[in-house]
Amino acid sequence: MSLLDELYRETLLHHYKHPHNFGELAGATVDAQGDNPSCGDQVRLMLRLEGDTIAQARFVGQGCAISTASASMMTDLLEGKTISQALRLAQQFKAMIVEGSSPSPELGELSVLAGVHQLPARVKCATLGWNALEEALG
Amino acid sequence: MGRLEAIRQDFPLIVGRPDLVYLDSAATAQKPAVVLEALQQFYLHTNANVHRGAYALSMRATQAYEDARRSLARLVGAQENEIIFVRNATEALNLVAYAWGLHNLKPGDEILLSEMEHHANLVPWHLIAGQTGAVIKAIPITPDGRLDLDGLDILLTPKVRLVSLVHASNVLGTLNPVAQIAALARDKGALVVVDGAQSAPHLPVRVKELGADFFAFSGHKMGGPTGAGVLWGRYEVLQQLPPFLGGGEMINEVFVDHSTYTKPPQRFEAGTPAIAEAVALGVAAEYLMNIGLERIWEHDRELVQYALTRLDQELPEVCTYGPRTADRGGVIAFTVGGLHAHDVATALEQYGIAVRAGHHCAQPLHRKLGVAATVRASFYLYTTHEEVDRWVEALKKVRDFFKVWL
Ligand SMILES: Cc1ncc(COP(=O)(O)O)c(C=O)c1O
Repeated sequence: MSLLDELYRETLLHHYKHPHNFGELAGATVDAQGDNPSCGDQVRLMLRLEGDTIAQARFVGQGCAISTASASMMTDLLEGKTISQALRLAQQFKAMIVEGSSPSPELGELSVLAGVHQLPARVKCATLGWNALEEALG
Repeated sequence: MGRLEAIRQDFPLIVGRPDLVYLDSAATAQKPAVVLEALQQFYLHTNANVHRGAYALSMRATQAYEDARRSLARLVGAQENEIIFVRNATEALNLVAYAWGLHNLKPGDEILLSEMEHHANLVPWHLIAGQTGAVIKAIPITPDGRLDLDGLDILLTPKVRLVSLVHASNVLGTLNPVAQIAALARDKGALVVVDGAQSAPHLPVRVKELGADFFAFSGHKMGGPTGAGVLWGRYEVLQQLPPFLGGGEMINEVFVDHSTYTKPPQRFEAGTPAIAEAVALGVAAEYLMNIGLERIWEHDRELVQYALTRLDQELPEVCTYGPRTADRGGVIAFTVGGLHAHDVATALEQYGIAVRAGHHCAQPLHRKLGVAATVRASFYLYTTHEEVDRWVEALKKVRDFFKVWL
């Protein structure tokens, strides 16, 4: 299977064309922006925290298939997680993308992005939303 | 083909990578072997500081550096004392902004730019406008990617003190009628600056005929090393200009509390310059002049027309930007259906095609075009028709791969 086939699978393209949790979040308690100034991609992440738990996560922005799908799947995963769980997921995701470690099962369908590790030029796309998350919670 | 094949043989990276179709020369050009050799030869045989040592080696280094200045002067039709070595076009434009703009602009004065500028010709002026209270205005572009000169009369108010424009667009390929605009602007007493980053490497430039006061370009986009570029300035203007950076090499006499400055161009070359890089840039300029800038320009234009024709006929999903006239440079920005530029570029890379994706440091232009990002293929003297073919064929595969997502 070519790298293209491996990466641009149904799941990824579905999240790109129909991103989940897309739109403004009324009553957001956390609002963070991820920018990739070299290409203009942007993700704005909004979270509603209830105590230590992420009750709701939404995002807006514009970007490529990889950055959009990554943010879409990330927001799916974040709901119901505690802050420390969310930060741990961010670490696991980055380990997969930046270092190429095999995807942690906790990342669920985000493992479809594992191939990005072989595309150094796209690492920033995949991590855009996650950087916003770390910025917001870290 | 014989001649083009011979040119390709001059570029070691190209010879060494037959798998790669390098279509990103607008970002930086590949380097001919003579330039690489010049760098090494300089360090092996000539290395010493310039304008300092009282010994033969330093004299030779100085001579090599000044010879390079002469080559660059010849390249753009200037006097050699009008050639200032800087790092790149960005630094050249900043030099004008700080040395001229900061001292001459007052609140309410106007700086006229255009909607197709590279950030290098926007951000320095934003900084200067912020400090002086000057106001920035922009010449709009037409739907086919040219400067819209209809309203120029109105834009060129007596308050316009400076006009700074890109000569050849790094996104649209448009070659702007700079001489025509410069004549009008100078009539109104405005200073004229030209960003020649994409023109000097690709076409014959005669700065005096452009009628500008400053002309900026980067060596690395014309086969020179990174770290050496040029600001040309009209000598009478340079003479009036205070220094930008202070330090060694640019002084006449220094006292503890003040100093006097030497003449241009040294006045603007504080500190030890990128000597080897400047020398090698001189070699790059000679290399281009030997081939002939007229021929390089013709080759660029011919490739662009060939590529546009193939795209039009065979890939209706591809949308290209920029004018469709014959006088455009070797740059094609495009999008494929609703696909994001990055995804297209990644897919093209799987077929060995190196292109750039993004806003190409021209965000206002992309905003105007209504797209966040485009893919850009750019050509140079070593690009072949066969490479354009490989790119177009790869684009078809990419389109087929993403078919359901278009
Ligand atoms: C039109 C234009 N102006 C200015 C620049 C800036 O060049 P550099 O980054 O070498 O300073 C570029 C190159 O990216 C360009 O294409």
